[in-house]
Amino acid sequence: MISLTTSPIDASSVLAGVASYDAGAVVLFLGTTREFTKGRRTASLDYECYPEMAEKKLAELEAEARRRWPLIGCSIVHRLGHLELGEASIAIVVSSPHRQDAFAAGQWLIDTIKEVVPIWKCENWADGTREWVHPGLDNQ
Amino acid sequence: MKINVKLFAVARERAGTSAIDVELSSPATVRQLRGALVEQYPALRDVVPYVRFAVNSEYAADATPIAPQAEVAIIPPVSGG
Repeated sequence: MISLTTSPIDASSVLAGVASYDAGAVVLFLGTTREFTKGRRTASLDYECYPEMAEKKLAELEAEARRRWPLIGCSIVHRLGHLELGEASIAIVVSSPHRQDAFAAGQWLIDTIKEVVPIWKCENWADGTREWVHPGLDNQ
Repeated sequence: MKINVKLFAVARERAGTSAIDVELSSPATVRQLRGALVEQYPALRDVVPYVRFAVNSEYAADATPIAPQAEVAIIPPVSGG
């Protein structure tokens, strides 16, 4: 199950979505808004996405994770819009019969999402400036 | 032909709008779109070399053809998660 939302992520409800008596392991990853990046202080973040493509890519990644590992449940929720410090921008939950597969699938999902899903983060720095984060595009 | 191109993040802010029309000779590829963008939208000149393109919600190589009704978007380096 994949979801894009502007509402705060409720991790317990995402976890409930993958519960199963067949699962021996449930792994939850939360990406959260960090205050300091390389010494610079963040006040808040804003996320935007290309909705049609982001949903398509997330669904493809869920399907690929299910092909690679014997998953029971797999849920990815990405938050959009304005986030304060400490809030979760993403929740990934996977369940599987054994823990190795759940850890591996969760790690692969977050790493791959960060490479291919068209979602962008804007840093609202504490000094009042703001900056879109585009790895490799450093001359903005 | 005129292609509508969706813009996001830094590309959207540079252009000051979330979509632009680009005039291309037909048939066209992503490579020709890159060139046309630089010519027709100087505000995007600095970012075009660093972005990927999506055609119909799929990443497209420079040789990918662009049909007149295709949904095209500039995809700056992503930073979700």
